Amino acid sequence: MNKSKENFRKVETRIPGFDSIAMGGLPLGRTTLVSGTSGSAKTVFSAQFLIEGIKKDKEGGVFVNFEESPEDIRKNLEGFGWDVEKWEKEGKWAFVDASPTPEQEAIEVGEYDLGALLARVEHAISKVNAKRVSMDSIGSLFSQLKDTNTLRRELFRISKGLKKMGVTAIITAERTEEYGKIARFGVEEFIADNVIVLRNVLEEEKRRRTIEILKFRGTLHQKGEWPFTVTNEGIVIIPLSSIELKQKSSIVRISSGIKELDEMCSGGFFRDSIILASGATGTGKTLLANHFINGGISKGKKSLLFAFEESREQLFRNANGWGIDFEKMEQKGTLKVICKYPEVAGLEEHLIEMKKVIEDFKPTRIVVDSLSALARVSTGRSFREFVIALTSFIKLKETTGFFTSTTPTLMGGTSIMETPISTITDSIILLRYVEKNNEVLRGLTVLKMRGSAHDKQIREILIDKKGLHIGKAFVNVAGIISGDSVQISAGETNPISSSFKGK
Amino acid sequence: MDKFFLKLYIAGQTSKSKRTIVNLKEICEREFKGRYELVVVDVLERPQLAEDEKILATPTLIKELPPPIRRIVGDLSDKEKILIGLDLVSSNEKKVGG
Repeated sequence: MNKSKENFRKVETRIPGFDSIAMGGLPLGRTTLVSGTSGSAKTVFSAQFLIEGIKKDKEGGVFVNFEESPEDIRKNLEGFGWDVEKWEKEGKWAFVDASPTPEQEAIEVGEYDLGALLARVEHAISKVNAKRVSMDSIGSLFSQLKDTNTLRRELFRISKGLKKMGVTAIITAERTEEYGKIARFGVEEFIADNVIVLRNVLEEEKRRRTIEILKFRGTLHQKGEWPFTVTNEGIVIIPLSSIELKQKSSIVRISSGIKELDEMCSGGFFRDSIILASGATGTGKTLLANHFINGGISKGKKSLLFAFEESREQLFRNANGWGIDFEKMEQKGTLKVICKYPEVAGLEEHLIEMKKVIEDFKPTRIVVDSLSALARVSTGRSFREFVIALTSFIKLKETTGFFTSTTPTLMGGTSIMETPISTITDSIILLRYVEKNNEVLRGLTVLKMRGSAHDKQIREILIDKKGLHIGKAFVNVAGIISGDSVQISAGETNPISSSFKGK
Repeated sequence: MDKFFLKLYIAGQTSKSKRTIVNLKEICEREFKGRYELVVVDVLERPQLAEDEKILATPTLIKELPPPIRRIVGDLSDKEKILIGLDLVSSNEKKVGG
């Protein structure tokens, strides 16, 4: 038992998110094949593996470059704030330059092996006392030398040699299609104990990067494709379900900021819950969100607002119109407002940035206005993953999330994005336009509230200088939720109980 | 007549290394006896030299002089091919002619 445990030890890569899906990291002292099409971030992954080791564990790293020159690699990695040259001078990083020398293409006469390459790698390992080695990417080796059988056999020998030296290694390889053979030249048959695939898939006109651990021989890992993004600090992997499992739920109630709404919800929202407010434009979603922020701040709690639909000026002016002073709150440090166009980044980038702000600011209430604006810039699948990741992150922080969602039609209806996320949210508040006596009024109902009793009536809402007020329930109107409000004669709308009494 | 300067990189004193040296010396003695210099580098002992010269495969023969520089990889078992590799086409022609 102990012996098998020893065999399956892992090394923390410290690439954000990776160790979580790899259940600890890369198999220690083994070689892992990282395969991907061109542009799938193989070089960044393999370089970051070395860099995280240098930065946090002071472990030396050897980078064997088969394709690009060391000059190009240094320059490319500078973009992530990684100063390779400095680490080279400090004796932490060594290149083994195996890039092609075009002016000296070799002529092959008889048998050969990669003894020189192996000797150079071993030399570099001992020079910087390396624990990590990356070889990127071996496809180029097959264009420099022609005897593929020899090369495959020699790669196997090199991977064995690395194992003997006790280093953990990554070998990257090209593949031609996103879903097909693992790698070109059949290398996976020789160094295939551990295989990771990086993908860069075009989905509904949007690029989506994923990472999948195909196998770790003899040890566990998470299955399936995990979205990742390349930020200005390198690769960040988004481990979704691994955080989903750890959610807590509390019975602590917090105020929605509107007394009547608290009453409708039997005393307020639950603290670790996600509330979705859905309605057409102008029905009062943002105002509801403002009240929610105000409700927290009036009790000295910090709130964070992510606005994806309106500019700062618009938001602050509107809030002022309802007697809520965002500017003062920001000065006091109880509120932080982040305004962004959804189009400036992909959802993965948005998520990483939002998490960072949440970590730094530590709010107890978080508003996203609106989710539907973010849905515009994503595909169905990545949107769902985004919502899952964000909600689980919010819940983990023991905060309350308030999301708004704009329905595409003015009267009734649901937006497309609500179907996948309605099951993730704990409470749903619907806001609707209601036609009555040739007037258009606004109505609100608590459609769902997980784990709690709630008012099921549709109530009229009134908006004045002090904000939003919830009035009486609508009578004599049917079909509000579907958006086809129909006025009906008084007798028909009596609650069933009273109609029984009448008879 | 041009002087030849050749460097041969080998990985350890294996039978392949020895075979290559024998093959190479035979060619040198036959083709340019008395006007060649041969340096043998064992990459296991001098890995930094292999690094500087970016050697991947062993054995690798580099013809530094006369220009152009040529790289030949393998145990040099194919005598005809190595003559082409070393730009010894003229010697080859002479042989064919004679």
